[in-house]
Amino acid sequence: LFFPPGPAAVAPPQPAPTMNCRAEVLEVSVEARQVEEAMLAVLHTVLLHRSTGKFHYKKEGTYSIGTVGTQDVDCDFIDFAYVRVSSEELDRALRKAVREFKDALRNSGSDGMGQISLEFYQKRKSRWPFSDECIPWELWTIKVNVVNLANEQERQICREKVGEKLCEKIINIVEVMNRHEYLPKMPTQSEVDNVFDTSLKDVQPYLYKISYQITDFLGTSVTTTMRRLIKDTLAL
Amino acid sequence: AMDTDLSSQDRKDLDKFIKFFALKTVQVIVQARLGEKICTRSSSSPTGSDWFNLAIKDIPEVTHEAKKALAGQLPAVGRSMCVEISLKTSEGDSMELEIWCLEMNEKCDKEIKVSYTVYNRLSLLLKSLLAITRVTPAYRLSRKQGHEYVILYRIYFGEVQLSGLGEGFQTVRVGTVGTPVGTITLSCAYRINLAFMSTRQFERTPPIMGIIIDHFVDRPYPSSSPMHPCNYRAGEDNGAVYPSVEDSQEVCTTSFSTSPPSQCVFTVTKAHFQASPPVVTDTLKVPVMGLAFSHQLSSSRLSCQPAALGVGSADMGYPVLFAGGLNAAHPHQLIGPGREGGVPLIPSQPAHGTQADQERMCTPLDGGHFSAATPSSSEDTETVSNSSEGKCGSPHDLLETIFVRKVGAFVNKPINQVTMANLDIPFAMFAPKNVELEDNDPMVNPPDSPETESPLQGSLHSEGSSGSSTGNTHDDFVMIDFKPAFSKDDILPIDLGTFYREFQNPPQLSSLSIDIGAQSMAEDLDSLPEKLAVHEKNVKEFDAFVETLQ
Repeated sequence: LFFPPGPAAVAPPQPAPTMNCRAEVLEVSVEARQVEEAMLAVLHTVLLHRSTGKFHYKKEGTYSIGTVGTQDVDCDFIDFAYVRVSSEELDRALRKAVREFKDALRNSGSDGMGQISLEFYQKRKSRWPFSDECIPWELWTIKVNVVNLANEQERQICREKVGEKLCEKIINIVEVMNRHEYLPKMPTQSEVDNVFDTSLKDVQPYLYKISYQITDFLGTSVTTTMRRLIKDTLAL
Repeated sequence: AMDTDLSSQDRKDLDKFIKFFALKTVQVIVQARLGEKICTRSSSSPTGSDWFNLAIKDIPEVTHEAKKALAGQLPAVGRSMCVEISLKTSEGDSMELEIWCLEMNEKCDKEIKVSYTVYNRLSLLLKSLLAITRVTPAYRLSRKQGHEYVILYRIYFGEVQLSGLGEGFQTVRVGTVGTPVGTITLSCAYRINLAFMSTRQFERTPPIMGIIIDHFVDRPYPSSSPMHPCNYRAGEDNGAVYPSVEDSQEVCTTSFSTSPPSQCVFTVTKAHFQASPPVVTDTLKVPVMGLAFSHQLSSSRLSCQPAALGVGSADMGYPVLFAGGLNAAHPHQLIGPGREGGVPLIPSQPAHGTQADQERMCTPLDGGHFSAATPSSSEDTETVSNSSEGKCGSPHDLLETIFVRKVGAFVNKPINQVTMANLDIPFAMFAPKNVELEDNDPMVNPPDSPETESPLQGSLHSEGSSGSSTGNTHDDFVMIDFKPAFSKDDILPIDLGTFYREFQNPPQLSSLSIDIGAQSMAEDLDSLPEKLAVHEKNVKEFDAFVETLQ
């Protein structure tokens, strides 16, 4: 199978076969230089709610939970501040994904539209030779529209407007979080890696993956167009 | 039906959770209004004291206040815990910004597991609170506090009081957690018309130093608890030193050199005036100097005309606003050709024919930082009287300007010195030295024979391209050489400039002359008795007519 050059991240998420996956979509219009900060603000806010302290399992199936610290982040290009989990590893991972997304947006040559997705999933172990299943239970999609501004005055207004928009997004996210809908059951020690990402040393987010798509001007994703081209070529 | 009652252990746990949740809620809110960025560390090993698995610091005073307000009780139906965030300016005006409410309603969730689900959901709710406290308008205000205003908090327990938030306040729900004894709700009601409270409004006030608020201002509920500043550091730095109020005030003089192209030299000297006690002009007190101009910068668009910096014609002297904050003991001079040294007061700009606009712009001397040179906040009142120049004749002007005009060439009537003090009419400096008295006013005392003197006659005395027409003491301008563009016309025998000068002072209207006016008045008065008699005779008719109109 030929996969077109694209994001280094995982392929776009598949719909869950047996479980309902909660899906939320947020949309933002930002200037190119605001993309990173806006994405980080949203992703960090979601992960703040979807991370716990590190589990320490004790005898008889009980466990204790570590402490999650938080810190304020000021944006440079947006009149906005947000709170993130105090974990450098997590911050690095998010920044890496967002940077790739930003670069892809810039290089795509499209008119600056794309989306980045944060998916929380559970692993279901399958028997050999089948690989483990990834079953998403929550999917956050941020649709991004990059705008070009003509002068400094417009940029200043954009700073404020995007700041206000992000405030609304944070409120939306908190609303969703407050619904207390499906969350994976707290796992036993043997199952913890199927539910949580235990690779970080100071916090423990639910298993997640980040992917993105760049939209070409026809509104279809680039990968879809490429696949179609290849299929057509092969059919000849 | 008998539901499974809450076990006593569960009940005890639940009460403890709610109590500590309330205390942590207060900490998060107050810390989010300190004006600083908060940062706590994650710790993989549980310390045992971090409630809800979150690293939230406990500021002792805040815990103390919260416990005092709760007085051993827990939020229950009708008994809510409220954290009120308000803003207080250096003048003592205060305004409520937000009310954070932790409430309990009757909706119970008997099935829920206390020690597990409720605890985790309370933890999630605190995370939501961390996020939401950064997105309400008060957050940005609190990050800028310290100079012009402080943010205060007040905790009370009981009924929620939202009336202080003004009309149209908005609410945001942080979240809810169901428990077997009721549903905990956390929300925030916040004032939205903070647009009036832009930082510009607060630029006028001097910094607040070391204010510990232990009383409250205009509280509608006298029994309510005292207010506290969110930023405890305000009490610590008493070290800020402010320059003492200057007794003398800076004076700006302008002068022209005699030969074209004229140069304008702005000289600033210290003049010694009596320091009159300043007077409060409006509720928002304006300090001396520096900060007053930030208001003008943004509101009145004053522009300084450095046309005299060797560029453009130099007919008129333009008054120059002296940007405050300068405490120099020696005169400062603008850079002009041939002059050396000195601090450039106004950046040189070519006069792009803007002199027609006659607008002035005040440029701050030190790049726009007004906050440093302000007196201590104990100076309550400001000067009303002085205004440097007409256009900015607001009470906030605190400077006197003395204009010294050395006239340029081709001026018939040199005006040696025009001293204008305490004037706030526009272009005061152009008013003639002799103040117009009533007897000079042609409206009051018309010329003896206005018809006989032809307007042209008066102007024939003018000499060539000289400025003023003779015999005319009412010149508002001294025109050196008025050469309007495209003024030559083949059709008319005279050019526009001459025409203008000739007809600058037309004869007054005859109907406005006192003689004729008096005449008609006398006639009116004479005819009055007659008219009254007529009306009296027909009074019944008139009354009937009025009736029909009712």
